[in-house]
Amino acid sequence: MNINLTIIGQILAFIAFVAFCMRYVWPPILAAMEERQQKIADGLAAADRASHDLELAQKEAVDRLSEAKKEAASIVEAANKRAATVVDEAKVAAVAEADRVKELASAEVEREKAQAKEQLLTQVSALAIAGAEKVLAAEIDADKHAALLEQLVKEQ
Amino acid sequence: MAAAGQEQTVSDYIVHHLTNLTYGKLPEGFERYDGETVAAGGQWTFAHGADEIAAMGFNAIHVDSLGWSIGLGIIFCALFRWVAVRASAETPSGLINFIEMIVEFIDNQVKDTFHGNNKLIAPLSLTIFVWVFLMNLMDLIPVDVVPELMMLAGVEYQKIVPSTDPNITMGMAIGVFVLMLFYSIKVKGFGFVKELTMNPFNHWAFIPVNLFMEVVGLLAKPFSLGLRLFGNMYAGEMIFILIAALFSAGIFWLLPAALLQIGWAIFHILVITLQAFIFMVLTIVYLSMAHEDH
Repeated sequence: MNINLTIIGQILAFIAFVAFCMRYVWPPILAAMEERQQKIADGLAAADRASHDLELAQKEAVDRLSEAKKEAASIVEAANKRAATVVDEAKVAAVAEADRVKELASAEVEREKAQAKEQLLTQVSALAIAGAEKVLAAEIDADKHAALLEQLVKEQ
Repeated sequence: MAAAGQEQTVSDYIVHHLTNLTYGKLPEGFERYDGETVAAGGQWTFAHGADEIAAMGFNAIHVDSLGWSIGLGIIFCALFRWVAVRASAETPSGLINFIEMIVEFIDNQVKDTFHGNNKLIAPLSLTIFVWVFLMNLMDLIPVDVVPELMMLAGVEYQKIVPSTDPNITMGMAIGVFVLMLFYSIKVKGFGFVKELTMNPFNHWAFIPVNLFMEVVGLLAKPFSLGLRLFGNMYAGEMIFILIAALFSAGIFWLLPAALLQIGWAIFHILVITLQAFIFMVLTIVYLSMAHEDH
Protein backbone atom coordinates (compact mmCIF):
# COMPACT_ATOMS: atom_id res chain seq x y z
CA MET A 1 0.00 0.00 0.00
CA ASN A 2 2.88 2.29 -0.74
CA ILE A 3 2.51 5.33 -2.88
CA ASN A 4 5.32 5.21 -5.41
CA LEU A 5 6.15 5.77 -9.06
CA THR A 6 3.16 3.65 -10.03
CA ILE A 7 0.96 6.67 -9.45
CA ILE A 8 2.90 8.68 -12.06
CA GLY A 9 2.64 5.78 -14.48
CA GLN A 10 -1.07 5.53 -13.90
CA ILE A 11 -1.57 9.28 -14.46
CA LEU A 12 0.30 9.05 -17.77
CA ALA A 13 -1.68 5.98 -18.82
CA PHE A 14 -4.88 7.74 -17.81
CA ILE A 15 -4.03 10.77 -19.95
CA ALA A 16 -3.10 8.55 -22.89
CA PHE A 17 -6.29 6.47 -22.76
CA VAL A 18 -8.54 9.49 -22.32
CA ALA A 19 -6.82 11.24 -25.22
CA PHE A 20 -7.21 8.14 -27.38
CA CYS A 21 -10.86 7.80 -26.43
CA MET A 22 -11.49 11.48 -27.09
CA ARG A 23 -9.76 11.40 -30.46
CA TYR A 24 -10.56 7.99 -31.93
CA VAL A 25 -13.43 6.39 -30.03
CA TRP A 26 -16.06 8.86 -28.90
CA PRO A 27 -16.57 11.02 -32.02
CA PRO A 28 -17.10 8.24 -34.59
CA ILE A 29 -19.43 6.23 -32.34
CA LEU A 30 -21.48 9.26 -31.42
CA ALA A 31 -21.54 10.49 -35.01
CA ALA A 32 -22.83 7.11 -36.17
CA MET A 33 -25.46 7.07 -33.44
CA GLU A 34 -26.61 10.59 -34.23
CA GLU A 35 -26.74 9.80 -37.92
CA ARG A 36 -28.86 6.75 -37.19
CA GLN A 37 -31.12 8.78 -34.93
CA GLN A 38 -31.58 11.29 -37.72
CA LYS A 39 -32.30 8.50 -40.15
CA ILE A 40 -34.88 6.95 -37.87
CA ALA A 41 -36.49 10.32 -37.24
CA ASP A 42 -36.64 10.93 -40.97
CA GLY A 43 -38.09 7.50 -41.54
CA LEU A 44 -40.75 8.02 -38.91
CA ALA A 45 -41.61 11.43 -40.34
CA ALA A 46 -41.84 9.91 -43.81
CA ALA A 47 -44.09 7.15 -42.50
CA ASP A 48 -46.28 9.77 -40.84
CA ARG A 49 -46.46 11.74 -44.03
CA ALA A 50 -47.24 8.63 -46.02
CA SER A 51 -50.06 7.59 -43.73
CA HIS A 52 -51.41 11.13 -43.85
CA ASP A 53 -51.23 11.04 -47.64
CA LEU A 54 -52.94 7.68 -47.64
CA GLU A 55 -55.73 9.07 -45.50
CA LEU A 56 -56.17 12.01 -47.84
CA ALA A 57 -56.13 9.74 -50.86
CA GLN A 58 -58.71 7.46 -49.29
CA LYS A 59 -60.94 10.40 -48.52
CA GLU A 60 -60.55 11.68 -52.04
CA ALA A 61 -61.27 8.26 -53.45
CA VAL A 62 -64.44 8.04 -51.41
CA ASP A 63 -65.42 11.53 -52.51
CA ARG A 64 -64.79 10.74 -56.14
CA LEU A 65 -66.65 7.49 -55.90
CA SER A 66 -69.74 9.09 -54.43
CA GLU A 67 -69.50 11.86 -57.01
CA ALA A 68 -69.25 9.31 -59.78
CA LYS A 69 -72.19 7.43 -58.36
CA LYS A 70 -74.23 10.59 -58.23
CA GLU A 71 -73.22 11.43 -61.77
CA ALA A 72 -74.07 7.95 -62.96
CA ALA A 73 -77.43 8.14 -61.25
CA SER A 74 -78.18 11.48 -62.84
CA ILE A 75 -77.08 10.16 -66.22
CA VAL A 76 -79.36 7.15 -65.88
CA GLU A 77 -82.21 9.41 -64.82
CA ALA A 78 -81.63 11.73 -67.75
CA ALA A 79 -81.46 8.78 -70.07
CA ASN A 80 -84.69 7.38 -68.68
CA LYS A 81 -86.37 10.73 -69.09
CA ARG A 82 -85.01 11.07 -72.57
CA ALA A 83 -86.15 7.57 -73.43
CA ALA A 84 -89.64 8.37 -72.13
CA THR A 85 -89.79 11.55 -74.16
CA VAL A 86 -88.49 9.73 -77.23
CA VAL A 87 -91.14 7.07 -76.82
CA ASP A 88 -93.80 9.75 -76.29
CA GLU A 89 -92.62 11.69 -79.28
CA ALA A 90 -92.58 8.53 -81.34
CA LYS A 91 -96.09 7.71 -80.19
CA VAL A 92 -97.34 11.16 -81.07
CA ALA A 93 -95.53 11.07 -84.39
CA ALA A 94 -96.91 7.62 -85.13
CA VAL A 95 -100.40 8.68 -84.25
CA ALA A 96 -100.02 11.80 -86.37
CA GLU A 97 -98.61 9.74 -89.21
CA ALA A 98 -101.40 7.26 -88.88
CA ASP A 99 -103.95 10.09 -88.88
CA ARG A 100 -102.29 11.63 -91.86
CA VAL A 101 -102.25 8.33 -93.76
CA LYS A 102 -105.83 7.70 -92.78
CA GLU A 103 -106.83 11.15 -93.87
CA LEU A 104 -104.93 10.79 -97.08
CA ALA A 105 -106.56 7.46 -97.72
CA SER A 106 -110.04 8.72 -96.92
CA ALA A 107 -109.46 11.76 -99.12
CA GLU A 108 -108.39 9.45 -101.91
CA VAL A 109 -111.40 7.31 -101.32
CA GLU A 110 -113.56 10.40 -101.31
CA ARG A 111 -111.97 11.69 -104.47
CA GLU A 112 -112.30 8.34 -106.21
CA LYS A 113 -115.89 8.08 -105.04
CA ALA A 114 -116.60 11.52 -106.46
CA GLN A 115 -114.84 10.63 -109.66
CA ALA A 116 -116.73 7.37 -109.91
CA LYS A 117 -119.98 9.18 -109.20
CA GLU A 118 -119.16 11.74 -111.83
CA GLN A 119 -118.23 9.03 -114.29
CA LEU A 120 -121.29 7.13 -113.38
CA LEU A 121 -123.43 10.24 -113.87
CA THR A 122 -121.72 10.97 -117.15
CA GLN A 123 -122.27 7.41 -118.26
CA VAL A 124 -125.83 7.41 -116.97
CA SER A 125 -126.53 10.68 -118.75
CA ALA A 126 -124.80 9.37 -121.85
CA LEU A 127 -126.86 6.23 -121.55
CA ALA A 128 -130.00 8.31 -121.00
CA ILE A 129 -129.09 10.47 -123.93
CA ALA A 130 -128.41 7.35 -125.95
CA GLY A 131 -131.78 5.95 -124.87
CA ALA A 132 -133.49 9.18 -125.44
CA GLU A 133 -131.64 9.48 -128.77
CA LYS A 134 -132.97 6.10 -129.66
CA VAL A 135 -136.46 7.06 -128.49
CA LEU A 136 -136.48 10.46 -129.93
CA ALA A 137 -134.25 9.71 -132.85
CA ALA A 138 -136.78 10.72 -135.26
CA GLU A 139 -138.16 13.81 -133.81
CA ILE A 140 -135.52 15.19 -131.61
CA ASP A 141 -132.42 16.76 -132.87
CA ALA A 142 -129.52 15.28 -130.94
CA ASP A 143 -127.33 18.30 -131.05
CA LYS A 144 -130.11 20.57 -129.90
CA HIS A 145 -131.14 18.43 -126.93
CA ALA A 146 -127.58 17.47 -125.96
CA ALA A 147 -126.94 21.00 -124.87
CA LEU A 148 -130.09 20.89 -122.85
CA LEU A 149 -129.14 17.64 -121.13
CA GLU A 150 -125.69 18.89 -120.51
CA GLN A 151 -127.13 21.77 -118.65
CA LEU A 152 -129.31 19.44 -116.68
CA VAL A 153 -126.34 17.36 -115.59
CA LYS A 154 -124.60 20.42 -114.47
CA GLU A 155 -127.54 21.48 -112.41
CA GLN A 156 -127.56 18.17 -110.59
CA MET B 1 -1.26 -21.72 -2.04
CA ALA B 2 1.78 -23.13 -0.29
CA ALA B 3 5.08 -21.55 -1.07
CA ALA B 4 7.62 -24.21 -1.94
CA GLY B 5 9.11 -26.07 0.97
CA GLN B 6 7.95 -23.95 3.85
CA GLU B 7 5.08 -23.94 6.31
CA GLN B 8 2.57 -21.24 5.46
CA THR B 9 0.12 -19.65 7.81
CA VAL B 10 -3.15 -18.00 6.80
CA SER B 11 -1.60 -14.67 7.59
CA ASP B 12 1.33 -15.40 5.27
CA TYR B 13 -1.12 -16.39 2.60
CA ILE B 14 -3.06 -13.16 2.93
CA VAL B 15 0.04 -10.99 3.05
CA HIS B 16 1.39 -12.77 0.00
CA HIS B 17 -1.80 -12.04 -1.88
CA LEU B 18 -1.75 -8.41 -0.91
CA THR B 19 1.85 -7.80 -1.94
CA ASN B 20 2.49 -6.18 -5.28
CA LEU B 21 5.11 -7.31 -7.71
CA THR B 22 7.40 -4.34 -7.15
CA TYR B 23 10.30 -3.23 -9.28
CA GLY B 24 12.32 -0.50 -7.65
CA LYS B 25 15.60 0.93 -6.53
CA LEU B 26 17.10 -0.42 -3.35
CA PRO B 27 19.25 2.08 -1.48
CA GLU B 28 22.95 1.69 -1.11
CA GLY B 29 24.05 -0.57 1.71
CA PHE B 30 20.71 -2.33 2.11
CA GLU B 31 21.02 -5.96 3.10
CA ARG B 32 18.87 -8.06 0.80
CA TYR B 33 16.75 -11.14 1.64
CA ASP B 34 19.57 -13.46 0.61
CA GLY B 35 22.22 -11.66 2.68
CA GLU B 36 23.77 -9.67 -0.17
CA THR B 37 24.47 -6.01 0.34
CA VAL B 38 23.38 -3.50 -2.25
CA ALA B 39 26.36 -1.92 -4.00
CA ALA B 40 27.10 1.77 -4.23
CA GLY B 41 24.62 3.85 -6.21
CA GLY B 42 21.73 1.57 -5.32
CA GLN B 43 20.22 -1.22 -7.39
CA TRP B 44 17.07 -1.53 -9.53
CA THR B 45 15.52 -4.92 -8.94
CA PHE B 46 12.35 -6.82 -8.10
CA ALA B 47 11.57 -6.65 -4.39
CA HIS B 48 11.41 -9.74 -2.19
CA GLY B 49 9.19 -9.18 0.79
CA ALA B 50 7.77 -6.21 2.57
CA ASP B 51 11.10 -4.95 3.96
CA GLU B 52 12.60 -4.45 0.54
CA ILE B 53 9.46 -2.76 -0.74
CA ALA B 54 9.55 -0.42 2.25
CA ALA B 55 13.22 0.30 1.61
CA MET B 56 12.51 1.20 -2.01
CA GLY B 57 10.17 3.98 -0.96
CA PHE B 58 8.92 6.14 -3.82
CA ASN B 59 11.40 4.79 -6.36
CA ALA B 60 9.37 1.73 -7.18
CA ILE B 61 6.77 0.59 -9.63
CA HIS B 62 4.01 -1.93 -8.99
CA VAL B 63 4.61 -3.84 -12.19
CA ASP B 64 1.53 -5.99 -11.73
CA SER B 65 -0.94 -3.17 -10.98
CA LEU B 66 0.37 -0.90 -13.68
CA GLY B 67 0.72 -3.75 -16.15
CA TRP B 68 -2.82 -5.01 -15.66
CA SER B 69 -4.12 -1.47 -15.60
CA ILE B 70 -2.47 -0.54 -18.90
CA GLY B 71 -3.34 -3.91 -20.40
CA LEU B 72 -7.02 -3.42 -19.53
CA GLY B 73 -6.84 0.14 -20.81
CA ILE B 74 -5.51 -1.17 -24.11
CA ILE B 75 -8.31 -3.76 -24.22
CA PHE B 76 -10.79 -0.93 -23.67
CA CYS B 77 -9.25 1.22 -26.41
CA ALA B 78 -8.94 -1.66 -28.86
CA LEU B 79 -12.50 -2.86 -28.26
CA PHE B 80 -14.07 0.57 -28.56
CA ARG B 81 -11.88 1.54 -31.49
CA TRP B 82 -12.94 -1.68 -33.23
CA VAL B 83 -16.53 -0.66 -32.75
CA ALA B 84 -15.90 2.98 -33.64
CA VAL B 85 -14.47 1.91 -36.99
CA ARG B 86 -17.47 -0.29 -37.72
CA ALA B 87 -20.18 1.95 -36.30
CA SER B 88 -22.48 3.27 -38.98
CA ALA B 89 -26.03 4.47 -39.36
CA GLU B 90 -27.03 0.97 -40.44
CA THR B 91 -28.72 -1.43 -38.04
CA PRO B 92 -26.15 -2.24 -35.33
CA SER B 93 -25.70 -5.83 -34.25
CA GLY B 94 -24.16 -7.83 -31.44
CA LEU B 95 -21.09 -6.28 -29.90
CA ILE B 96 -21.55 -2.95 -31.69
CA ASN B 97 -25.02 -2.70 -30.23
CA PHE B 98 -23.72 -3.44 -26.75
CA ILE B 99 -20.91 -0.88 -26.98
CA GLU B 100 -23.29 1.73 -28.35
CA MET B 101 -25.60 1.04 -25.43
CA ILE B 102 -22.75 1.84 -23.03
CA VAL B 103 -21.82 4.95 -24.97
CA GLU B 104 -25.41 6.15 -24.99
CA PHE B 105 -25.73 5.47 -21.27
CA ILE B 106 -22.62 7.56 -20.56
CA ASP B 107 -23.77 10.26 -22.94
CA ASN B 108 -27.09 10.52 -21.11
CA GLN B 109 -25.36 10.64 -17.74
CA VAL B 110 -23.10 13.45 -18.91
CA LYS B 111 -25.97 15.36 -20.51
CA ASP B 112 -28.04 15.05 -17.33
CA THR B 113 -25.33 16.41 -15.06
CA PHE B 114 -23.06 18.57 -17.16
CA HIS B 115 -24.68 21.44 -18.99
CA GLY B 116 -21.66 23.18 -20.45
CA ASN B 117 -20.07 22.63 -23.79
CA ASN B 118 -17.00 20.51 -23.28
CA LYS B 119 -15.82 17.85 -25.66
CA LEU B 120 -13.62 16.19 -23.03
CA ILE B 121 -16.13 15.26 -20.34
CA ALA B 122 -18.00 12.54 -22.23
CA PRO B 123 -15.00 10.57 -23.53
CA LEU B 124 -13.35 11.06 -20.13
CA SER B 125 -16.39 9.58 -18.42
CA LEU B 126 -16.54 6.70 -20.86
CA THR B 127 -12.86 5.91 -20.32
CA ILE B 128 -13.24 6.09 -16.55
CA PHE B 129 -16.36 3.96 -16.44
CA VAL B 130 -15.19 1.18 -18.71
CA TRP B 131 -11.59 1.17 -17.55
CA VAL B 132 -12.48 1.14 -13.85
CA PHE B 133 -15.11 -1.50 -14.52
CA LEU B 134 -12.57 -3.71 -16.28
CA MET B 135 -10.06 -3.19 -13.47
CA ASN B 136 -12.72 -4.08 -10.90
CA LEU B 137 -13.78 -7.04 -13.00
CA MET B 138 -10.40 -8.66 -12.34
CA ASP B 139 -11.70 -9.11 -8.82
CA LEU B 140 -14.04 -11.83 -10.05
CA ILE B 141 -11.21 -14.00 -11.27
CA PRO B 142 -10.63 -16.54 -8.48
CA VAL B 143 -7.92 -15.05 -6.26
CA ASP B 144 -5.44 -17.88 -6.61
CA VAL B 145 -5.54 -18.58 -10.33
CA VAL B 146 -3.28 -15.89 -11.72
CA PRO B 147 -0.85 -15.66 -8.77
CA GLU B 148 -0.35 -19.44 -8.79
CA LEU B 149 0.22 -19.50 -12.55
CA MET B 150 2.64 -16.61 -12.17
CA MET B 151 4.50 -18.46 -9.42
CA LEU B 152 4.82 -21.44 -11.74
CA ALA B 153 6.33 -19.01 -14.23
CA GLY B 154 8.76 -17.81 -11.56
CA VAL B 155 7.09 -14.54 -10.61
CA GLU B 156 6.75 -14.36 -6.87
CA TYR B 157 3.99 -11.80 -6.37
CA GLN B 158 1.01 -10.94 -8.47
CA LYS B 159 -1.89 -8.68 -7.56
CA ILE B 160 -4.22 -8.67 -10.50
CA VAL B 161 -6.87 -6.16 -9.42
CA PRO B 162 -5.37 -2.75 -10.23
CA SER B 163 -8.12 -0.88 -8.39
CA THR B 164 -7.02 -2.47 -5.09
CA ASP B 165 -3.83 -0.43 -5.45
CA PRO B 166 -4.16 3.14 -4.15
CA ASN B 167 -1.54 4.25 -6.68
CA ILE B 168 -3.91 3.34 -9.49
CA THR B 169 -7.06 4.85 -8.02
CA MET B 170 -5.30 7.96 -6.72
CA GLY B 171 -3.54 8.34 -10.06
CA MET B 172 -6.88 8.60 -11.79
CA ALA B 173 -8.27 10.83 -9.04
CA ILE B 174 -5.31 13.19 -9.38
CA GLY B 175 -5.87 13.28 -13.14
CA VAL B 176 -9.46 14.32 -12.50
CA PHE B 177 -8.31 16.82 -9.83
CA VAL B 178 -5.91 18.49 -12.26
CA LEU B 179 -8.76 18.81 -14.75
CA MET B 180 -10.95 20.31 -12.01
CA LEU B 181 -8.31 22.93 -11.22
CA PHE B 182 -7.70 23.60 -14.90
CA TYR B 183 -11.35 24.19 -15.73
CA SER B 184 -11.98 26.13 -12.53
CA ILE B 185 -9.27 28.60 -13.47
CA LYS B 186 -10.13 28.58 -17.16
CA VAL B 187 -13.87 29.14 -16.69
CA LYS B 188 -13.95 31.29 -13.57
CA GLY B 189 -10.56 32.98 -13.70
CA PHE B 190 -10.30 35.25 -10.72
CA GLY B 191 -13.73 34.04 -9.63
CA PHE B 192 -12.07 30.82 -8.58
CA VAL B 193 -9.87 32.68 -6.10
CA LYS B 194 -12.92 34.52 -4.86
CA GLU B 195 -14.75 31.22 -4.49
CA LEU B 196 -11.92 29.92 -2.33
CA THR B 197 -11.63 33.01 -0.15
CA MET B 198 -15.10 34.54 0.11
CA ASN B 199 -17.13 31.39 0.81
CA PRO B 200 -18.98 30.61 3.02
CA PHE B 201 -18.42 33.88 4.98
CA ASN B 202 -18.52 36.78 2.60
CA HIS B 203 -16.30 39.18 4.53
CA TRP B 204 -12.61 40.01 4.13
CA ALA B 205 -11.91 39.27 7.79
CA PHE B 206 -12.88 35.65 7.26
CA ILE B 207 -10.52 35.08 4.32
CA PRO B 208 -8.12 32.75 6.26
CA VAL B 209 -11.01 30.71 7.64
CA ASN B 210 -12.71 30.53 4.27
CA LEU B 211 -9.49 29.62 2.51
CA PHE B 212 -8.78 26.84 4.97
CA MET B 213 -12.29 25.40 4.69
CA GLU B 214 -12.48 25.66 0.93
CA VAL B 215 -9.03 24.19 0.35
CA VAL B 216 -9.81 21.28 2.63
CA GLY B 217 -13.08 20.80 0.76
CA LEU B 218 -11.30 20.99 -2.56
CA LEU B 219 -8.56 18.55 -1.57
CA ALA B 220 -11.12 16.16 -0.12
CA LYS B 221 -12.58 15.64 -3.58
CA PRO B 222 -9.72 13.69 -5.22
CA PHE B 223 -9.18 11.75 -2.00
CA SER B 224 -12.81 10.79 -1.71
CA LEU B 225 -12.79 9.82 -5.37
CA GLY B 226 -9.66 7.70 -5.30
CA LEU B 227 -9.90 6.24 -1.81
CA ARG B 228 -13.55 5.27 -2.13
CA LEU B 229 -12.78 3.07 -5.10
CA PHE B 230 -9.64 1.73 -3.49
CA GLY B 231 -11.36 1.04 -0.17
CA ASN B 232 -14.28 -0.79 -1.70
CA MET B 233 -12.19 -2.90 -4.00
CA TYR B 234 -9.56 -3.61 -1.39
CA ALA B 235 -12.17 -4.76 1.10
CA GLY B 236 -13.86 -6.88 -1.54
CA GLU B 237 -10.58 -8.48 -2.55
CA MET B 238 -9.75 -9.06 1.10
CA ILE B 239 -12.99 -10.94 1.63
CA PHE B 240 -12.34 -13.06 -1.45
CA ILE B 241 -8.91 -13.90 -0.02
CA LEU B 242 -10.40 -14.74 3.39
CA ILE B 243 -12.99 -16.99 1.77
CA ALA B 244 -10.22 -18.63 -0.25
CA ALA B 245 -8.25 -19.13 2.98
CA LEU B 246 -11.30 -20.84 4.43
CA PHE B 247 -10.93 -23.64 1.88
CA SER B 248 -7.75 -24.70 3.62
CA ALA B 249 -9.45 -24.87 7.03
CA GLY B 250 -10.64 -28.44 6.57
CA ILE B 251 -12.94 -30.59 4.52
CA PHE B 252 -16.07 -29.48 6.39
CA TRP B 253 -15.45 -25.93 5.32
CA LEU B 254 -15.49 -26.74 1.61
CA LEU B 255 -19.22 -26.37 1.08
CA PRO B 256 -19.77 -23.23 3.19
CA ALA B 257 -16.69 -21.65 1.66
CA ALA B 258 -17.92 -22.45 -1.84
CA LEU B 259 -21.35 -20.99 -1.06
CA LEU B 260 -19.77 -17.87 0.43
CA GLN B 261 -17.52 -17.58 -2.58
CA ILE B 262 -20.47 -17.73 -4.99
CA GLY B 263 -22.57 -15.38 -2.89
CA TRP B 264 -19.85 -12.79 -2.52
CA ALA B 265 -18.97 -13.02 -6.21
CA ILE B 266 -22.58 -12.40 -7.21
CA PHE B 267 -22.83 -9.48 -4.81
CA HIS B 268 -19.52 -8.21 -6.10
CA ILE B 269 -20.85 -8.00 -9.66
CA LEU B 270 -23.07 -5.25 -8.29
CA VAL B 271 -20.26 -3.63 -6.32
CA ILE B 272 -17.77 -3.42 -9.17
CA THR B 273 -20.32 -1.89 -11.51
CA LEU B 274 -21.54 0.50 -8.87
CA GLN B 275 -18.03 1.64 -7.96
CA ALA B 276 -17.14 2.26 -11.60
CA PHE B 277 -20.39 4.17 -11.98
CA ILE B 278 -19.80 6.23 -8.82
CA PHE B 279 -16.28 7.15 -9.89
CA MET B 280 -17.63 8.29 -13.25
CA VAL B 281 -20.60 10.21 -11.85
CA LEU B 282 -18.47 11.99 -9.26
CA THR B 283 -15.99 12.93 -11.96
CA ILE B 284 -18.81 14.49 -13.98
CA VAL B 285 -20.21 16.23 -10.93
CA TYR B 286 -16.84 17.65 -9.85
CA LEU B 287 -16.03 18.87 -13.34
CA SER B 288 -19.52 20.28 -13.64
CA MET B 289 -18.96 22.20 -10.40
CA ALA B 290 -15.64 23.44 -11.80
CA HIS B 291 -17.56 24.89 -14.75
CA GLU B 292 -20.26 26.61 -12.75
CA ASP B 293 -19.73 30.24 -12.05
CA HIS B 294 -21.39 31.57 -8.93
